[in-house]
Amino acid sequence: MKVRTLLSAICVSALALAAVPAHAGATFEAVKKKGFVQCGVNSGLPGFSAPDEKGVWKGIDVDVCRAVAAAVFGDANKVKYTPLTAKERFTALQSGEIDILSRNTTWTVTRDGGLGISFTGITYYDGQGFLVKKKLGVKSALKLSGATVCVQSGTTTELNLADYFGLHKMKFKPVVYDTADETVKSFEAGRCDVLTSDQSQLYALRSKLAKPDSAVVLPEIISKEPLGPAVRQGDVEWFNIVRWSLFAMIDAEDLGVTSTNVDQMKSSSKNPDVKRLLGVDVIKHGLGVPDDFAYKIIRLVGNYSEVFERNVGAGSALKIARGQNALWTKGGLQYAPPFR
Amino acid sequence: MSQMTQPGGPPKRPPPWNDPRVRAITFQVLVSAGVIAVGVYLVHNLLHNLAVRGISTGFGFLDNRAGFAINQSLVHYDESSSYGRTFVVGLLNTLLVSGLGIVFATILGFVIGVARLSRNWLVSRLAAAYIETFRNIPLLLQILFWYFAVFLNLPPPSEALRVGDSVFLTLRGLYLPRPEFGDGFGWVALAIVAALAASAALARWARARQERTGERFPVFAASAGLVVVLPLAAYLLAGRPVTLHSPELEGFNFSGGVSVIPELAALLMALSIYTAAFIAETVRAGILSVSHGQTEAASALGLRPGWTLRLVIIPQAMRVTIPPLTSQYLNLTKNSSLATAIGYPDLVSLFAGTTLNQTGQAVEVMAMTMAVYLAISLAISLFMNWFNARMALVER
Repeated sequence: MKVRTLLSAICVSALALAAVPAHAGATFEAVKKKGFVQCGVNSGLPGFSAPDEKGVWKGIDVDVCRAVAAAVFGDANKVKYTPLTAKERFTALQSGEIDILSRNTTWTVTRDGGLGISFTGITYYDGQGFLVKKKLGVKSALKLSGATVCVQSGTTTELNLADYFGLHKMKFKPVVYDTADETVKSFEAGRCDVLTSDQSQLYALRSKLAKPDSAVVLPEIISKEPLGPAVRQGDVEWFNIVRWSLFAMIDAEDLGVTSTNVDQMKSSSKNPDVKRLLGVDVIKHGLGVPDDFAYKIIRLVGNYSEVFERNVGAGSALKIARGQNALWTKGGLQYAPPFR
Repeated sequence: MSQMTQPGGPPKRPPPWNDPRVRAITFQVLVSAGVIAVGVYLVHNLLHNLAVRGISTGFGFLDNRAGFAINQSLVHYDESSSYGRTFVVGLLNTLLVSGLGIVFATILGFVIGVARLSRNWLVSRLAAAYIETFRNIPLLLQILFWYFAVFLNLPPPSEALRVGDSVFLTLRGLYLPRPEFGDGFGWVALAIVAALAASAALARWARARQERTGERFPVFAASAGLVVVLPLAAYLLAGRPVTLHSPELEGFNFSGGVSVIPELAALLMALSIYTAAFIAETVRAGILSVSHGQTEAASALGLRPGWTLRLVIIPQAMRVTIPPLTSQYLNLTKNSSLATAIGYPDLVSLFAGTTLNQTGQAVEVMAMTMAVYLAISLAISLFMNWFNARMALVER
């Protein structure tokens, strides 16, 4: 009894005595000190983040990290990558192992509220779809009752799947794997009739099949999956830098600035919006990065359109159309606040 | 009479810093205080950091709706069940695969271990090859092999391998007919219980008689007969109260019937075969530890070789075998967490995987998961220690 009293006394006093240090701004300072951005990415999702044959990481999610490095250091290559599974990703960010989580992660309210992380924006507007073998002859997701469905664990996909089948009073059997690779392998072997994931991923995963033509993506999209980078909560300075790195790329597309014409635009453009974006007219943005950080991002990484087309669009194997990811002026949803 | 009173009264106590008792206590107190201080610091640091980063804490999440589906559950589970329920489902799935694994690994291990000592050259070499192969390949590779190379290469449901019209084997699993127990099945159950009780009584009576008169009674055959005949008679008299529902191919999959998913089969196969290789070696060690003189003494008494093995060798070998056997059981249980590699919904894959990710409550979920493995391991240890004490040599 006495021992316990003593123990609790020690506990309470330890809790009471420890000071609470200020936390804001810690990530930015730490990043500047170590000289690179530690970025959590998908371990292999073509178009989003995957190492190419030379071992260089490529993809939209990778380019977000490169943009942040360009903004902070003026060098897009000052990034180190941590490949993560869906299950590992939040813990890696919470624990401080990575500075940015840029891993095709869906922005939801519970993730913003309860996980201690904050999403900084939307790099890709996605939605969940279904991939089925052609020989099943299924034309609509509503005909999938009784099917076995392969899905990756720890994703919003797992929840949407149950919701969708429940709503339409259909039965299904899930088979849940940790990685996209296992999911594809097992779909290919025939363990499941359907593979479900974000639609952009379905195209990427289909390209991994031995015979990509043997499977089709069904037309239904059953959910909203806004994918974007996330940082730890409460670190406003770092949050702003990551957020505005993405906005810079979208605004650049809006203003017609590309990596090829950025130098010429910088020296000759009369457009005040372009002059502010590229740091010709200095605006005291107060983000803590150089005045011309957007110029560096555009020169070294490109504008949003360039990033999209070379990774998932016309310039890639995936050939995904811009669709919802077109600029707001072209019927899409991509929109960034102004640089002023 | 070695203790003689020293001249000058009772012996003087040494000063406290030289007194071994005082020193021992001091050091123990210091070490305990150090350990406690580190623990307190870690817990405090954790709570502090969780609070600073705005990560919610506590076990309230266990009541929230889980909202995802699970492909094997021993208790009722659907999407509206809570996260707490996923914990129970995962726990039962872990216990299922560990329990079945222990049974299969023990049977296989004993057979291989005895075969390893066989005088037949071929049998003993085969057993040796088995042990060396499966003991030396990493378990994860074996699990992946059984799953991806064996079970997922079975035919799809439309071309299922079949036994009659009721048993189907496909890459989606093994489908068996589901028995439905009608009215009057209570009588059959009663008959089974009665048969078991009668067998136990018979065994007691037979042993007492053998000790009294030295005559043996064929207990095994008689009990086996009882256990088969009594329930069968009850079954027929009650008007065959069990009906079988065969699985049928409906749309994409078989429905109706009982199914064994390939994830369970692959995991069970890999765990049993891998652990059996180790158990075989401990069994061999146990048998070899019994000196050859015991065998000679038994044959001098006129015991047949089979009886020598059962009555003389094995009981003595068990003393040596049980402690390492316990660690093999513990290993098997803990290794079952590799299930996550092939998507079997065990505790680690389901609760420390999906549930952790959906809720983000890493600390609580991990603590619960670790506590469960600790509890299972301690329970196995306790049982095996009790069993060991029973099997230990009783000095008369």
